[in-house]
Amino acid sequence: MAKTNFKLAKSSYPSAKDVYQAKLSNGITVLARSNFNSPSVSMGGYLPAGAIFESDEKLGLADFVSSALMRGTQTKTFDQIYNELESVGASMGFDSGVNNTNFGGRALVEDLPLLLKLFSESLQTPTFPSDEVERLRAQALTGLALRAQDTSEMADIEFEKILYQDHPYSRPSDGYVETIQSITRDDMTEFHRLHFGPRGLVIAIVGAIQPKRAVEEVEKFFGAWQVAGQKEAQALPSTKQIKKTIKTHHVIAEKSQSDLVMGTFAPTRKSDDYMAASLGNSVLGQFGMMGRIGNVVREKSGLAYYAYSSLNSGIGPGSWEVNAGVNPANLNKAIDLIEKELKKFVKQGVTKNELADSQANYIGRLPLSLESNGGVVSAILNIHRYDLGMDYYQRYESLVRNVTRDDVVDVARKYIDPDRLVISTAGP
Amino acid sequence: MKNNITQVTLKNGMKVMLKEIHTAPIISSWIWYKVGSRDEPTGKTGISHWTEHMMFKGTKKFPNGILDKAISRDGGRWNASTSKDSTRYFETMPADKIDLALRLEADRMQNTIITEKEVASERTVIISEREGSENEPTFQLSEAVQHAAFRVHSYHHEIIGDKADLLTITRDDLYNHYKTYYVPNNAILSIAGDFDTKDMLKKIKALYEKIPKGKTPPRLARPEPEQKGEVRLSVEGPGETAFTQIAYHFPNATHADYFPLQVMESLLNGASGLSYKTARLYRALVDKEFAVDVSGWSESSIDPGLYRITITHRPDKTPEQALAVFDEEIKKIQTELISNDEITRAVKQAKAVFAYGSENITHQAFWMGYVSMFADYTWYTNYVKNLAKVTPQDVQRVAQKYLQASNRVVGVYVPKGMGK
Repeated sequence: MAKTNFKLAKSSYPSAKDVYQAKLSNGITVLARSNFNSPSVSMGGYLPAGAIFESDEKLGLADFVSSALMRGTQTKTFDQIYNELESVGASMGFDSGVNNTNFGGRALVEDLPLLLKLFSESLQTPTFPSDEVERLRAQALTGLALRAQDTSEMADIEFEKILYQDHPYSRPSDGYVETIQSITRDDMTEFHRLHFGPRGLVIAIVGAIQPKRAVEEVEKFFGAWQVAGQKEAQALPSTKQIKKTIKTHHVIAEKSQSDLVMGTFAPTRKSDDYMAASLGNSVLGQFGMMGRIGNVVREKSGLAYYAYSSLNSGIGPGSWEVNAGVNPANLNKAIDLIEKELKKFVKQGVTKNELADSQANYIGRLPLSLESNGGVVSAILNIHRYDLGMDYYQRYESLVRNVTRDDVVDVARKYIDPDRLVISTAGP
Repeated sequence: MKNNITQVTLKNGMKVMLKEIHTAPIISSWIWYKVGSRDEPTGKTGISHWTEHMMFKGTKKFPNGILDKAISRDGGRWNASTSKDSTRYFETMPADKIDLALRLEADRMQNTIITEKEVASERTVIISEREGSENEPTFQLSEAVQHAAFRVHSYHHEIIGDKADLLTITRDDLYNHYKTYYVPNNAILSIAGDFDTKDMLKKIKALYEKIPKGKTPPRLARPEPEQKGEVRLSVEGPGETAFTQIAYHFPNATHADYFPLQVMESLLNGASGLSYKTARLYRALVDKEFAVDVSGWSESSIDPGLYRITITHRPDKTPEQALAVFDEEIKKIQTELISNDEITRAVKQAKAVFAYGSENITHQAFWMGYVSMFADYTWYTNYVKNLAKVTPQDVQRVAQKYLQASNRVVGVYVPKGMGK
C-alpha cells in the first residue's frame, strides 16, 4: 500500500467548499460535511435556551429542562426512547450552559433517520412526565450533594461567584438544592414553550453521508417546526472590574487534597485579542507538560499532580484561570509560586522561542483535533457559534503565525493584573 | 500481512505490530512494557506507575524539559499510563513527524536518567495524585473492595500504590525496576496510521534492533484461591451519599466464558461506551427509585479479574433495600433464559462501538497493543463474530456459575453526613 500524498494543511480542513450550509424556511441552520472513512455519523448543535433566562429562584431550570427532554415525548416513553437508541448502539444527549442548550449524538449511518427522529421529538414534543421529573430531581439533588464534597467543583463555583458578581456567568448552571427543589413541572413546560423553537437552532452533521442528503433528512424531521412567540436570544450584560485581589476558602472537611482556582477575565472567543491570549496561555500553563505553571508547581517543586492554566473564551467574557490540586499544607506555597509566574508573564511576556513553540504546536495539532467526526462537528459548530467565517481553518495558520511577542504581552497586561485576582480554594 | 496488520519480531525479541490507515495524515505509536501493578511485591506497590512518571525525566540526548517540548512543537500528543498488566507510552503525531517519537522511545528504553533529586520531587507529585483520588468516595470504596477480593494475587492493590510504599520506595528501587522490565524482549511496539509498512519497518529496525536483549523478566503470579463465601465490608467517610460496590470474580480475557459474560454484562449494565438506561439493573434500580445510578464494568485482564457494579444510593432508600433488588435481577438472569433478540442487540451495539473507534487512529494503535498483552490480535478482529456465537443457554450458564454470592465482595461507602 502506498503512502497517501496528503497536503498536510488546508485542503483537508473544513472549508466553505466542503461544509454544506443550508437555512430551512423556519430558521434552522444546517451544516453538513461528509466523511466516508467509517460507517458512522456524528451530529451536534445548539439553540438559545440557556440559563440566562432563569431567575435566581429557579436556578438550574434550563439544565433541568434539557435533562428531561428525553424522559418522554408525545409518542414515546423514556424507556422507549432509550430502547430505540441503545438497541442500535446509538447515543444522544442534551445539556445547558448560560447561553445555549446544546445537544450531540452519534450512530451508524444507517440509523441517522432514527437519531434525527428522536432528536426532533425530544426537542419539539417533550411531555415532562411527573414521575420522570421527580426521578430526575432526586438524581440532581444527589449530584449537588456530591458537588458539595468536590473540592475542584466548589473552588470553581466560588471563583465564578466572585469574578462575575451579578453577571449571569456567576451562577452555577446546575443550581442549588433549594432552587432545584422549587422548580415545578409547570416551570419546565413554560420554559420549553418560551425558549425552544427553530429560531437560532443550529444542527451539524458529519459522517458517511452526502451533505445534501443530510440536509434533506433534517428538513424531513424539523422542517415543519414552528413556534409562535419563541423568545429572542438575550444579550449579556457587561462585567464589573475586580478592584483588588479577593481570596476565599470554602471548607470541606476530611479531604486529603485542596483545589485552587485563581485568575481573572479573558477575551471573548470572537475578540481580536483571542489568538494572542490563547498562545500566551499556552506558554503560561499548557505547552509541553502544562507550560510554565506546570514546570514551577509540579516539576520543580513537586507540589501538585496537576497545575495548569486555561483560557475559557466563549460568547461572553471568559475566564483566564490557573487550577491546581495540592496538599492542604502547601496551598499558600502554590499560590505564591503561581502569583510570581503571573507577574513574570505580565512583565516580560513570552520569549521568542516560547512563542514559536506554541505556534508550531497550534498548527501541527490541527489534524489531530479534526480526526474524528465528533471533532469536525465541534469545529464547524464553533465557527458558526462565534462567527469566525467558514474559511477559518484556511486562515488559521496565518492567524497563529501573525501573533507577535508584543501582541502577547499586550493582551497579558490588558487582562491579567496580578494585584487584582480572584483566588478561590476549597478543602479542609 | 494478516487482518491488515503486519507483525514482526525483531532479533532482540521486541514485537512490532503495524497497521496502515490512510484516512488522515496522522500516525499513532504505542510502546507497551509487560509490567504493571500486578508485578509489584508488598513494600513496592506503585513502583510501575512511579517508573512511568520517571520516564518523562529525560535522557542525555533528550534532557528533561526537552522531550515534551519537542513533541508539542510538532503538534503531537503524548502520554503514558499504567494498568495492572502493562505500562504503555504513546505519541500521536502528524505523519511526517513520527520519527521523533520512534527515536525518543528507543532512547528512553535504555537511557532514562533517574536522579535522587527528581525522585524526591516526583514522590510528592505522586502522593498528591493519590490524595486527589482519596478525595473521591468511590476510590476509597473501590480500593477496599479490591483488597478484599484479592488476598493472594497481586491484583490486590491499587495501581497508584499504598502510601506507605510511596513514602519509602527509593531511587535505586525505581532504577532497578526500569532496568529489569524495560528491555526490548519485554516490549511491544504498535503503530497505526498513514505510513508505508516497508519504510516504517526499516526505520524501526534501525532504531530498535541494536538495543541489546535483556533477561526475560518474570511475572509475578500467585493464583487467587477460590473465595469461600461472601465478603462484606464498609468504608466510612465524609459526605451525604452512600455507594455500594459489588465485585464478582471473573475469568480472564481468553477464557471460553469471556464472550457469554460480555453479553450478560451488556444486558445487566449496558454495552461498554454507550448509555445504559435500558439495561436491566438500571430499569430495576433507578427507574423503580431504589438508586440514582448503577453502572458496571469488567476488566479484560491476563489473570482472572473482577466484574464490578457500583450503585449510587438515594437518600430515602437504604443500601440493603437496593441490594435486595439487585439480587432479584441476578436471580432472574440465572433462572430465565434470555431471548435471541437480546444477543442480536448486543452484537449490533458492539458493531457500532467498533465503527466509532475506527474514526480514531490513536484508538486503533491502542487496541493492537492492548490485546497483545493477553491474546492474539484475532481476539480483536473476531470480537463481534464471537459475540454473535453466544447462545441464551451460554448466558444462563455463566450467570449461574459466576454470579454467586460466595464469589463476591460487597462493599458499602457509609457517609458520615447521612441523614443530616
